[in-house]
Amino acid sequence: MNWVLVIAGAMVGAPLRYLTDRAVQRRHDSVFPWGTFTVNVVGCLTLGAVTGVASPHVQLLLGTGLCGALTTYSTFSYETLRLAEDGAGFFAAANAVASAVAGLAAAFAGAAVAQAL
Amino acid sequence: MNEPRDPDVDLHVPAQRREWSRGQLTLVATVALGGGVGATARYGASLLWPTAPDSFPWTTLAVNAVGCAVIGVFMVVITDVWAAHRLVRPFFGTGVLGGFTTFSTYAVDIQQLVVHGRAAAGLAYMAATVCVALASVWAAAAATRRLVDGRQR
Repeated sequence: MNWVLVIAGAMVGAPLRYLTDRAVQRRHDSVFPWGTFTVNVVGCLTLGAVTGVASPHVQLLLGTGLCGALTTYSTFSYETLRLAEDGAGFFAAANAVASAVAGLAAAFAGAAVAQAL
Repeated sequence: MNEPRDPDVDLHVPAQRREWSRGQLTLVATVALGGGVGATARYGASLLWPTAPDSFPWTTLAVNAVGCAVIGVFMVVITDVWAAHRLVRPFFGTGVLGGFTTFSTYAVDIQQLVVHGRAAAGLAYMAATVCVALASVWAAAAATRRLVDGRQR
C-alpha cells in the first residue's frame, strides 16, 4: 500500500514539473532557471505543510511521492553547472543560494501555515 | 558545450520545443512512468537506510549526490554520443532522475533539524548538499566529456 501511494504521488509530481517548466519557459525567456526554481519552492512549501501534520498515508502520497517527484536536485544542479560553464557565474551562484534559501523559507512557511490551520 | 541548459525540458532546443505537439499523452505518461520508478528507488533507499528527523540526513544527501552524478553523465551521453529516441530524455532525465532526487525533502530536513534544536547541523547539511551535488554533477560531466573526446579523436 505504501509503495502504491508513493508511486501514485510521483506519477503526478514528475509530469507536473515538466508541464510547469515548459509553461514558465514559454512565458518567460530568461537565463535564470525560473521553471525549476518555481517547482522546487512550491514543493518545499507543500512538503513543509504536510510533514508532521498529515496522516502517514497522506505524507507518503503528497510528501514522498508528489513533492519528491515535483522537486528535483539533479535538474537544479545541472542547470547551475551549465550557467557557470556559459560564463553566467553570477546567475549560477544566485541560483544555488536563492534556491536553498527560498526552499528553506518555504518549508518554514508551509509548516507555519499547517500549524495555524 | 552543445548540451541543453535544462535537462527537464529546454525550449531553446528545437526538438524539445516540438516534442509537445508529437503526442502529449505519450510524453506525459513517459515522464510519469519515469517519476514513479525514480521515487520508488528513493523511497526504497529511505527504508533501507532510515534517518531520524533529528539526525543528519545522510540518505537524502547520498540520493541527491548520486542523482546529480548520473545526470552529469546522462546529459553528455545523450547529446554527444547516442542519438537517443525522443522519449529517452523525458523518461530518464526528467522522470527517473527528477523523481529520484528531491529538493523538498532536502529543505524540510533542514527545517526539521532546526526545529529539533540542531540548527548548526541543519546549516552544515544545507551547505554540504549544495557543495556535494554541484561537485558530483561537475565531475561526472567533465569526466564523461573527456572520455567522449578521447574516443572521437
